Amino acid sequence: MRLPASQAGKLAVFTALALLLAVLPFGTEALLGRSWVRVIDGALLFSMLAIGLNVVVGYAGLLDLGFIAFFGIGAYSYSLLASPQFGLHYPFWVLLPLGAVVAGLFGVILGAPTLRLRGDYLAIVTLGFGEIIRIFLVNLNRPFNLTNGPQGITLIDPIRIGGFDLSKTYEVFGMKVAAVHSYYFLFLLCVIASIILSLRLENSRIGRAWIAIREDEVAAKAMGINTRNIKLLAFAMGASFGGVSGGLFASFQGFVSPESFKLMDSIMIVCMVVLGGMGHVPGVVLGAILLTALPEGLRYVQPLQQSLFGRVYVDPADLRMLLFGLALVLMMRFRPQGLWPSKRREHELKGEA
Amino acid sequence: MDTLLQQIINGLIQGSLYAIVALGYTMVYGILELINFAHGDVVMVGALVTYTVFSFAAAHGMSAGPALVLAVAASIVVCVPLGLFIERVAYRPLRRAQRLAPLITAIGVSILVEYAAALIWSKQYLSLPELVKPTPIQIGGASTSDLQIAILLISLLMMGGLLWLIKYTRMGKAMRATAQSHDLAGLMGVNVDQVIAFTFALGSALGAIAGVMQILYYGIGHYLMGFMLGLKAFTAAVLGGIGNVQGAMLGGLLLGLIESLASGYIGDLTGGVLGSNYRDVFAFLVLVLVLVLRPSGLMGQKSGDRA
Repeated sequence: MRLPASQAGKLAVFTALALLLAVLPFGTEALLGRSWVRVIDGALLFSMLAIGLNVVVGYAGLLDLGFIAFFGIGAYSYSLLASPQFGLHYPFWVLLPLGAVVAGLFGVILGAPTLRLRGDYLAIVTLGFGEIIRIFLVNLNRPFNLTNGPQGITLIDPIRIGGFDLSKTYEVFGMKVAAVHSYYFLFLLCVIASIILSLRLENSRIGRAWIAIREDEVAAKAMGINTRNIKLLAFAMGASFGGVSGGLFASFQGFVSPESFKLMDSIMIVCMVVLGGMGHVPGVVLGAILLTALPEGLRYVQPLQQSLFGRVYVDPADLRMLLFGLALVLMMRFRPQGLWPSKRREHELKGEA
Repeated sequence: MDTLLQQIINGLIQGSLYAIVALGYTMVYGILELINFAHGDVVMVGALVTYTVFSFAAAHGMSAGPALVLAVAASIVVCVPLGLFIERVAYRPLRRAQRLAPLITAIGVSILVEYAAALIWSKQYLSLPELVKPTPIQIGGASTSDLQIAILLISLLMMGGLLWLIKYTRMGKAMRATAQSHDLAGLMGVNVDQVIAFTFALGSALGAIAGVMQILYYGIGHYLMGFMLGLKAFTAAVLGGIGNVQGAMLGGLLLGLIESLASGYIGDLTGGVLGSNYRDVFAFLVLVLVLVLRPSGLMGQKSGDRA
């Protein structure tokens, strides 16, 4: 987005954007109904995940196909410590940072043995890692019941800020503010914080080191970059974004089960990053919003098929997957740099013909 | 002792199927340095075509022999063009692209094939009509069947055939040359595009037969069955040394054995704490361990920073 040059213009655009974001959930609810506000909430969570994965894939160039595992780890570490499962009810300001740390640790655990791997090998190992985590989540109800197995964990505490319980409905200036709205603002804050953090990282010494590794690892090493530590840092940092959004997801849903952390979800986050534009934060957020919202739009295809052909030929969920697959193939063929790429990445991906 | 023998037999049979699928991965990787994610799904298509043929045969009172021949022929006729189509449309335009692009394309193709199969065959678990009735055979207290022994023998036969093809035919020589360098092979008069297409066709044909045997062995097909199978076959290829044809065979058999023995004995070893539901974890553990300790695999040459 190109901002007007003058300061006043910048301020005007900023204020307009802030106002728009502030009324967005209420406007959406009035126009399209509450389910779409939930969709927006989901899009925000996925934006955070995509921003996290972008650190690993976009900046450092390490393709991670098991990213949803960190989301799961964050969600479970929140759920176990704020639910009747063990009778523990820690507050969110302890648990969200804890989720970031735990997910970050797992990021290092995944990163350490795979440091020497590149490209496709790394993709397969991370994919395996994601599946291993899910298999453990499903099976760790024995010998002692840690994760409650496939049933998952229910009655997870909502986030409470002071006496304000985000899951309850309040009246503010005559407007009903329900859970979906309160969480919208919380998620929005977290996404904005993630964007700022991520942009600052990109321009930092570490960020430039990641980009150097992505472009040529040997050269980066020769320039004195400690590639081992810097790559581990990419895994840990990316994972911690996933951990925080996992915690938010658990508190928002009030329920988690291994079903939410499947390989397809990992691939979907990769799609978001690739479609939006690897390494470019605004592009990645765009990708996350598009890929969360468009499948919801496909719901309307079902009645359309019904009225056109008299029966439903393609289940919307399958249609979504078919379009995902097609989008990945077509993007790599015709626009590998993504819909909204960063300048540098655009040259890189188009140049090597 | 009986259980040990039984686990070994089970492991060898599943392992031989892994090995054949692994050949598809390793041949393509050897030539293109590309993980063809969709290969497992090609195997799935072969299995589900068999399901269709068998359903048709059962409805028309066909006997097992002709139905089996028809199933093998049909799955090859479907899978080979599918493999060629995937290569032509998805991978060939990206042959000189940056490394990440073909990999993402491969994932996309895999999703496309899976959900196209879901449209054709539904998302149900499909149980194969029981046309082929295996005769049980007892070997030293362990039970197997003529079907299982046939699977093992056919797999070994196909591996032998492939080795012969690669070692002694003109096309095999061209494949080896192309694997070393596309450009130089081209300069020597090898039609590189043709060789790569042939590799995909060959891998898909092997995959089709593997699909037929897989569904005969388990009796159940599913549109996502190719995913785990493909992943394990890839693990087998890595275990043997990716790009190495004998390695893929050895890796497949070994992985089958490891999986079968590990999931058979893990309950006893850990006092019942961990059960055979951790079966799928072993393949990944093997994969990670091989990549960390010996990335070139059991039979691969040390080639520096390949991995």
